[in-house]
Amino acid sequence: MSMRGATAIVAFSEIPTRRTYPGRTMNGLLAEAAREAMADAQILKDDIDGLVVEGGDIYPTDVGEYMGLSPNFITGVSTMGASGGTAIGVAAMAVYSGLAKNVLVTIAAPREAGMPFGGPPNPGMRTEFENPYGPAVAANTGYALMYSRHMHEYGTTQEQLAHLAVNQRFNALENDNAVFRGQSITVQDVLDSRYINYPLRILESVMPCAGGGAAIVTSADRAKSFPNKPVYILGVGIASDPLTGWQRERLTQSAVTRSAPIALNMSGYGPKDIQFAEFYDCYTILEAVCLEDAGLVKKGEIGPFFAETDTTYKGTFPINTDGGQLSGGQAGDAGGFRHITEAVRQIMGRAGVRQVARNDLCMTNG
Amino acid sequence: MTTDYTKPLPIPGGSRGATTAEFTKPFWEATKRHELVMPRCKTHDGFFFYPRELCPVCLSSDLEWAKVTGRGRVHALTVVYQPNDPRFADDAPYVYAVIQLDEGARMISNVIGIPPHDVAVDMPVEAVFEDVSEEYTLVKFRPIEE
Repeated sequence: MSMRGATAIVAFSEIPTRRTYPGRTMNGLLAEAAREAMADAQILKDDIDGLVVEGGDIYPTDVGEYMGLSPNFITGVSTMGASGGTAIGVAAMAVYSGLAKNVLVTIAAPREAGMPFGGPPNPGMRTEFENPYGPAVAANTGYALMYSRHMHEYGTTQEQLAHLAVNQRFNALENDNAVFRGQSITVQDVLDSRYINYPLRILESVMPCAGGGAAIVTSADRAKSFPNKPVYILGVGIASDPLTGWQRERLTQSAVTRSAPIALNMSGYGPKDIQFAEFYDCYTILEAVCLEDAGLVKKGEIGPFFAETDTTYKGTFPINTDGGQLSGGQAGDAGGFRHITEAVRQIMGRAGVRQVARNDLCMTNG
Repeated sequence: MTTDYTKPLPIPGGSRGATTAEFTKPFWEATKRHELVMPRCKTHDGFFFYPRELCPVCLSSDLEWAKVTGRGRVHALTVVYQPNDPRFADDAPYVYAVIQLDEGARMISNVIGIPPHDVAVDMPVEAVFEDVSEEYTLVKFRPIEE
């Protein structure tokens, strides 16, 4: 039994990533993204019988209520930045198992100016055993620890990973959904940018933003009757690790070491077959580690890979062709969904100036 | 004894929301004595950290607190320039590190007594104790000879 190719994404929408959306609400953005995805699919609200949303910050039934939906299948997924990718996987499972026909995934983040990143800490391990030692802002601490280990174990340099940031900035230059549209940077700019916390510089870290997106997942059979080229879901893997980086046995390894083989085995393809990648990139180092763990680059060789490879949309192996979150901005837990929308856009052939040449097979992660 | 300590003190909780949990108390009682203790699982005979109500390796509840040497190595590090809590602003840049203790468990701490950018992964360190309030003594680490 395999759900290889049994489901497809037939439509998507994207609420442009901006620094803030003052006055907008979470439900308002979710409903707007949903409406635009339905318009893209040329279907009516009544045709949607499944709903998957992020579930850590919001109640799925409240989202359904807001947009007047009473779906036959509804759930929330709560895997933080990976929620978008997880939601697509769960939507595909729901369609494949017959729980719903057309599942809407919608995800968003409003953000008022000056809003802090993340909420107040719950009493627990962090307040007792981390906070007295002064962690850095946002999620920077764990990723810098990962970075220092990667440098130590593999000789990875900050200059090598600066290429990652520079290539993605190139990809964002003409993207209206990117907060850093039109602002090119060089490797030297990255190396001259200030430390948030060594080894992470500000140009290797995401900008907290607002935005969102939606997509519609249906069966492969029904997909043919939609106006867009179907984007078939060939393989899915949803693995996890301890949330806290230093609780992982190896700080330089991610759960992608397990999710990628599951997805690839299901798809029948290997890493060498993948034509382009849309990978989660809250920080340069996490994207680097995940690309290794997916088998797209040999473990420990991501530094030389970025120093030597053109990963822009014009290049030999395009990665994060819309600029990713590093140059596009991170819309909270919806940030990772931009990798889904860009993968779908590229495969549908709707990426305009940044359309990649080989667009049949993409690997994406959250 | 520092009486005017203004930075965050440990806020025990054990698990989310369980603010009355007291099972980490022996850790802080030991640091007051300038000793480092770690939770040890008697079932699989191994240390773990952070403290939990049961062992994350074998889910056993047969646990004890055991004294450790306080020696270990810097497993991973970051030099913080922009702290999450503004009360650390005057200290920046400083080293926030994962310490791998010789006995096997890992903990978070600061490496002090050395310029921040001179701290290296794998550097040997030992525990030092900072009495920051009546109730709490924090464990930090300083470099030692190989």
